[in-house]
Amino acid sequence: MFTPKRAAFAASLLLAMIAGASSAETPNFGKPIDEAAIANWDISILPDGTGLPKGSGTPAQGAPIYAEKCSACHGDNGKGGIANALVSDRKIDGISASQKSIKNFIGDATTVFDFIRRAMPFQAPHSLTDDEVYALTAYILAENRLIGGNDVMDAQTLPKVKMPNRDNFIIRFPDRI
Amino acid sequence: MANSRDRNTGGRSLEPVAGNGLIDRRALLGRGMVLAGAVGAGIGPSSAAAGAEPLADDPWSLEIGEPTPLYQVPSKFEAKVVRTLSNPNNEPRNSHSRTPHHLLEGTTTPNGLHFTINHGGVPNIDPDQHRLVIHGLVKRPLEFTLETLSRYPMISRMAFVECGGNSAPMFSPEPMQENVQAIHGLISCAEWTGVKLSTLLEETGIDPKAKWFIAEGADSPHLSRSVPMKKALDDAMIALYQNGERIMPGNGYPMRLLLPGYEGNMNVKFLRRIKLVDQPAMSFYEARTYSPILPNGKAYRFYFLQEVKSFITSPSHGLSLKGPGLYEISGIAYSGTGRIEKVMVSADGGQSWAQAALQEPVLSKAFTRFRMPWRWNGGPATLQSRAWDEGGNVQPTRAEFVAARGELAKPAPVLAFPNQHYNSITSWGVGSNGEVKHVYA
Repeated sequence: MFTPKRAAFAASLLLAMIAGASSAETPNFGKPIDEAAIANWDISILPDGTGLPKGSGTPAQGAPIYAEKCSACHGDNGKGGIANALVSDRKIDGISASQKSIKNFIGDATTVFDFIRRAMPFQAPHSLTDDEVYALTAYILAENRLIGGNDVMDAQTLPKVKMPNRDNFIIRFPDRI
Repeated sequence: MANSRDRNTGGRSLEPVAGNGLIDRRALLGRGMVLAGAVGAGIGPSSAAAGAEPLADDPWSLEIGEPTPLYQVPSKFEAKVVRTLSNPNNEPRNSHSRTPHHLLEGTTTPNGLHFTINHGGVPNIDPDQHRLVIHGLVKRPLEFTLETLSRYPMISRMAFVECGGNSAPMFSPEPMQENVQAIHGLISCAEWTGVKLSTLLEETGIDPKAKWFIAEGADSPHLSRSVPMKKALDDAMIALYQNGERIMPGNGYPMRLLLPGYEGNMNVKFLRRIKLVDQPAMSFYEARTYSPILPNGKAYRFYFLQEVKSFITSPSHGLSLKGPGLYEISGIAYSGTGRIEKVMVSADGGQSWAQAALQEPVLSKAFTRFRMPWRWNGGPATLQSRAWDEGGNVQPTRAEFVAARGELAKPAPVLAFPNQHYNSITSWGVGSNGEVKHVYA
């Protein structure tokens, strides 16, 4: 339970850590590593675009990559197969999660890039180049008519894509954040 | 009334305390005395022993047994006590295994029966090659190996881990005829041992701009979740051991994030990276899967908490009663908020309730076993349990839950996750023939 007493303790702990003082003696077995050495693992993309790599892609560049590497599971043109549809105009009616789509549910376009890069293709995750991920993201967003057919997706444009369901969420337990 | 009590129970009443045969939980404390009393009162087996077969040695008593194995497994006679699998052939999708709660007792889930969900198979991780990196908004990015982590101060604690989609079959508008394993099998409870995340963050230091951390696994989907720093500084742990031995491969070997009381998916397995950030990443699982749709078309985000819940494991769907008489109702209660305060049990579909006995120790964010003596009269009965936690939260009835969160228009497949975070009362209907079925009441 998050009690006031524990909150006070956590706050004091946080202050101690921010002060940088290893007040309590810890073993210090952590080996220093610089961000350059972590770069290949550091694949997190934040909604404001932080973490997006260099590179770019267009829907036209994404179409053949999609056909080759994605359509076997997600169907022709993203209409769905043994894996979820990626392109859909379905509206949400009722509480079933099976209706969720990129267009009617996902709040940030960066989520699409992040998930493709880290987890897809299913049998060969994290194998696409950054340009390929941008191109696939552009293709999927364009097929959903969330961007224009000639729009270029890159670190500047992707975070600005307006996702229709963006403001439709309620934070369940704000006091836990 | 005192005269009506059975003297052999030392004053502990075998009188009903609620409708349809529930007996005072304190009768359990008398144990042997109660049973003696029960026999005396004619509700146990008959004491007449005439005609009993004389006892003979069985074959295993007349020969040398099997050799002792290096790592022992349950008796071959327990072969049915196994998990159920959603994807036994490892097809290209996620795989669930569910815990058989109806065949287990106590509060610790054996490691071989702990539930798992993996989104790209179970990775085969060499522990000597595995690394954990902590970076981002820290003063000093650091890399840890399993060996170095093993030299830090450790703690052990019991904690349940529950999938946010556990109990999802109960979003169905009619009671699915499935057992407790199918309905509630995506939760287990173990003793986890490891290093507190706050201990490691003392070494990296924390930039005051850090509000969240992103945890990422070394599995093929590189599963990733965002967690508030509040949890990092509270009770988050890098777990290295599960019930005393190294974590099982399906549960995150060689190390996992443990966030006691938070939805299972956030307890990132095969943990290889923690990045401190100023905003949540809105990764796939937080942006899509674990944001449940509400009846008004909006959706909850950052649910995190596994709320107070209980269910009866015995009797339960698919088990059958062997005739009228004394039974013990047994079940599991837990809350992601803290300790279980009390559990009430009903045998008449919620018309009357009696307080169940809680097995000590009652631990925060862990399974609490509750028990309730019950004399089945051979007629229809509807068994329910309802839990309260120390935060004052009460498990909702199904009607209360559906009013707030809705239900499906039609049943979904039992293995589907049509919505998340279901925690209402579960009802088991007992028929006059002793059959137990899942019902809504």
